[in-house]
Amino acid sequence: MTRPNKERVESASQTAGPYVHIGLAPTAAGFEIYEEAGRDIAGPNAEGERIRVEGVVWDGAGEPVRDALIEVWQPNAAGNYAPDGVEAGFRGWGRVICDFDTGEWAFETVRPGAKEGAPHLNLWIVARGINIGLHTRMYFPDATEDPVLTQLGARAHTLLATEQTTGVYRFDIRLQGTQETVFFDV
Amino acid sequence: MSGLYPRDWSVQPAANTPDYRTTKFRSPTRPLVRLENTPSDSTGPVFNHDDLGPDDWNLLTNFARPGESPIGPRIFVHGRVLDENARPVPNALVECWQANAGGRYRHKVDTYLAPIDPNFGGCGRTLTDSEGRYRFHTVQPGAYPWPNGPNTWRPAHVHFSVFGEAFAQRLITQCYFEGDPFIPLCAIVQTIPSAEAVDGVTAKLDMSETVPHDMVAYRFDIILRGRHRTWHEGGL
Ligand SMILES: [Fe+3]
Repeated sequence: MTRPNKERVESASQTAGPYVHIGLAPTAAGFEIYEEAGRDIAGPNAEGERIRVEGVVWDGAGEPVRDALIEVWQPNAAGNYAPDGVEAGFRGWGRVICDFDTGEWAFETVRPGAKEGAPHLNLWIVARGINIGLHTRMYFPDATEDPVLTQLGARAHTLLATEQTTGVYRFDIRLQGTQETVFFDV
Repeated sequence: MSGLYPRDWSVQPAANTPDYRTTKFRSPTRPLVRLENTPSDSTGPVFNHDDLGPDDWNLLTNFARPGESPIGPRIFVHGRVLDENARPVPNALVECWQANAGGRYRHKVDTYLAPIDPNFGGCGRTLTDSEGRYRFHTVQPGAYPWPNGPNTWRPAHVHFSVFGEAFAQRLITQCYFEGDPFIPLCAIVQTIPSAEAVDGVTAKLDMSETVPHDMVAYRFDIILRGRHRTWHEGGL
């Protein structure tokens, strides 16, 4: 592969390992040191529908990945990514960890809008045994007319959440298997 | 808006690296789907100094009791966050975490024999300055055993998490220390496909910044993906 214009090479990724919580979610590691970033994705002033998203990251042996950390990056209800055109306090970014016993994760935010394509949440997953963070997207069950979903064809459904109750969505992420979630090279 | 260079996968670890056993069931088996950049990945969160405490970057003090200090060799790790065009990345959030000098993590699931250090939390965070520079004061982490094989040890390392300007630049890596004999023996290090790329995540002793009678300096630059140059940037 040629690398025109490049003067440096991207640093190699390494797994976040089992102790990622110390750096990125120290309360979960078992100690208090400073206020953690990423606890409130939308902020108190965000307009739009408040939603909850929950799920499990499943490995290829059918076990929950209990040590994973997931980051969320999303636009506000009007489809704008921070910092431009968003409400005060809206960052659109957050991180959650999986429950050490069940592997369940969950976060609360507002339903995103979209300037083009269908509304979605951008997710990035790291864990022990994941050598480089995995980028994926969560779409809503009613997603239509999205170029990425169209491109994915028969695998598009792996990016669709299901609505559990009003405003509560479930999005299970499968690292392997016949229903393996689509991950992106973005 | 100009897009990022496509990621150069020849310098990145494969998903499934059998010598690092945990990857077996945690590696996607299908190829990643290449997408052209859109605002979903060419934008990213912005952080500011209000997000951080004044001492967060100093692991020697940020968890220590007043007047006390963690045990272990005093070091600082410093460098720059740059992109593939060698441009500094200012205002990048850099977070780090590490074991203490004995190789023990302050984490509820770490049960290694080496003791917890009451004065060491083991995490820090900072924002790069206008030149992309960052610095952490800390203690040299210890090597520690891990259950990848009957007698497998991690080289001393500091975990680094870095944000660029784009969510697609998001990177987690580990900083090793030059001369560590465990580096060539470690299955996690060896997921990296070339010796040059391993060298790129190996901090170098930096005598020019070492503080006499106080702390040894290590230099560790972090390179994030770059953006295509566009015509209107040509004069910059
Ligand atoms: Fe480690």
